[in-house]
Amino acid sequence: MEPVLLTRKISKYFYEPEKFQVLKEIDLTVNKGEFMCLMGKSGCGKSTLMYVLSTMDTDFDGELEIAGQSLTGRDQNFLSAFRNKHIGFIFQFHYLLPEFTALQNVMLPAQKLGKYSKEEIESRAIDKLRILGVSDQALKLSSKLSGGQQQRVAIARALINDPDIIMGDEPTGNLDSYNSNLVFDILHELTHTYRQTIIAVTHDEDFAKRSDRVVEMSDGRIVRGDSENA
Amino acid sequence: MTPVFEIAWTHLVSKPKQTIVAMLGVTFGIGMFIALVSLMTGLNQFTEDVTMTSSPDIHIYHDITEERTTILDEVNPAGINRVHHQKPKAETTKLRNALQMVSIIRNDPRVSGVAPTLSSQVFYNFGPVQLNGQILGVDILEEDKLFDIRSRLKSGRLEDLKSNPDGILVGTGLARKLNAVTGDRVVITTPQGYTMTLKILGTFQMGIGVVDNVRAYANISTVQTILQKDQTYITDINIKVHNRQQAKIIAPEFQAMFGYKAEDWETANATFLTGVTIRNIITWSVSVTLLIVAGFGIYNILTMTIYNKMKDIAILKAMGFAGKDVRMIFMIQSVVIGFAGGLMGLLIGYVLSWLISKAPFDGGDIVSLDHFPVNFDPKYYLIGIVFGVLTTAFAGFTPSRKAARVDPIEIIRGQ
Repeated sequence: MEPVLLTRKISKYFYEPEKFQVLKEIDLTVNKGEFMCLMGKSGCGKSTLMYVLSTMDTDFDGELEIAGQSLTGRDQNFLSAFRNKHIGFIFQFHYLLPEFTALQNVMLPAQKLGKYSKEEIESRAIDKLRILGVSDQALKLSSKLSGGQQQRVAIARALINDPDIIMGDEPTGNLDSYNSNLVFDILHELTHTYRQTIIAVTHDEDFAKRSDRVVEMSDGRIVRGDSENA
Repeated sequence: MTPVFEIAWTHLVSKPKQTIVAMLGVTFGIGMFIALVSLMTGLNQFTEDVTMTSSPDIHIYHDITEERTTILDEVNPAGINRVHHQKPKAETTKLRNALQMVSIIRNDPRVSGVAPTLSSQVFYNFGPVQLNGQILGVDILEEDKLFDIRSRLKSGRLEDLKSNPDGILVGTGLARKLNAVTGDRVVITTPQGYTMTLKILGTFQMGIGVVDNVRAYANISTVQTILQKDQTYITDINIKVHNRQQAKIIAPEFQAMFGYKAEDWETANATFLTGVTIRNIITWSVSVTLLIVAGFGIYNILTMTIYNKMKDIAILKAMGFAGKDVRMIFMIQSVVIGFAGGLMGLLIGYVLSWLISKAPFDGGDIVSLDHFPVNFDPKYYLIGIVFGVLTTAFAGFTPSRKAARVDPIEIIRGQ
């Protein structure tokens, strides 16, 4: 098992309205190809942990390592480029850019990365859309798509740069049960067919049960599932 | 096309109304700037040209009205003297050794032309009526080098005057008042009572009434005859220098050297030239105000756009766009608005200037103008576009920086 993500004693404080330790010395290892769910009650710190892991929140103590690179104390420009290359995001409210077509939305992170020519990016984007079953929607404005379609386009966008980890914040939270199942199946297939690592925050018990590993948090600590393959 | 530019462009074209309104602000500002500057600098240029036709760069003459020390001061220099209402001495306005002065001045490398002149007040007899006027005795070819008389001739030739001892060239206004045309004869009388009949060999138009309505040119010897003076009688020396701006430095040198009053063109036309300064102040302050207003428009629209695009900015940052990329997205928008709006402004400014230049305008007797003078110097179009882009870039800077600093977590978690 090769670890993709490692944390060592990550702690974080909120100072508003008063000083409060939201994460308490979190040690966590996520292996390649793992589909991991972060669970817990509201306010247990699961979303906060996820944003620390996402490198967008840099205000924490401890160490974070993704794909063999230490990310503690790096500057914002480095982290932006790192996210672009190594991390894909899926959010609860899909967050596509409304003025762009589905295809353009998927292409944007790859254009930012600048590794391939525009033609190659386009064909790769269409491939990803096909995997997610929305290639027929490619040229529609993203604001014209249904919620389930939008979320699938968002997953295609998360995949476009072949990231080491996909992070999802309630990826099915805003979908009906049909679309919810569909998205879960897609994520499940990604981990099993393509060995894609996925970390998702959820409070959906069914969703969590069907994943490979559930990490449960309470009061800023991991209370279940912190050892490998628990 | 980079993704940053692509996003900026998509933002602009997906909200065309808003983009066009922002552009119109700049367009209006620059258009008015161009129209104003073209008219004002055109007027200034015209004023300066007219000024130059009526006054030489440096004018040397004997100023007999200049204050002199009183006899009392001369005999009693240490005392406290008071002389009430002293009058000028009965002096001649003749410049002594004028022709030697001319040859000295001609050798000065800064001087490009020298014309000795003498002038006299005369009355032009028009039947029983006597019209007040002035006759200038000149070497017409030298005078032409200074004032470009040839291009201002309405009829006749300069060479005719040179070879004709009793010929004159008269201003068009004067000719009209005398109801005379080329070939007619006019009788002139000097204040001293000397009368002479002169033949009109041509007419000229300088463009300002104070010259065209009173002045006539004759040969130096003719005027010397009218005044019954000898052949060395010269009252004025007109000088043209290579660099007009140096005139006020050179003039005092000549004054000290020759002991006669040497007046530069700026001093001679000080009142005329104040208008230029005032017009410049008005032009630039109005233009800057217009552009600042346009800048505020862009500032508002960008701030609104960024507020509406908070979610997009957050997701872009999550996807790996850095703060500087986000700043660039909005800076590109404001500069594109500024540049496109500015270009339209130049076009509108040009059309407005063209319309103004065709508008009829009667200068009356004072200046010979039938439409507004407008300057189409491309320099002002360049200033306009640079100014427009700078203003919008400046207006876009603060909102763009704010966008760059958006914290994505705050937006994403806030949902």
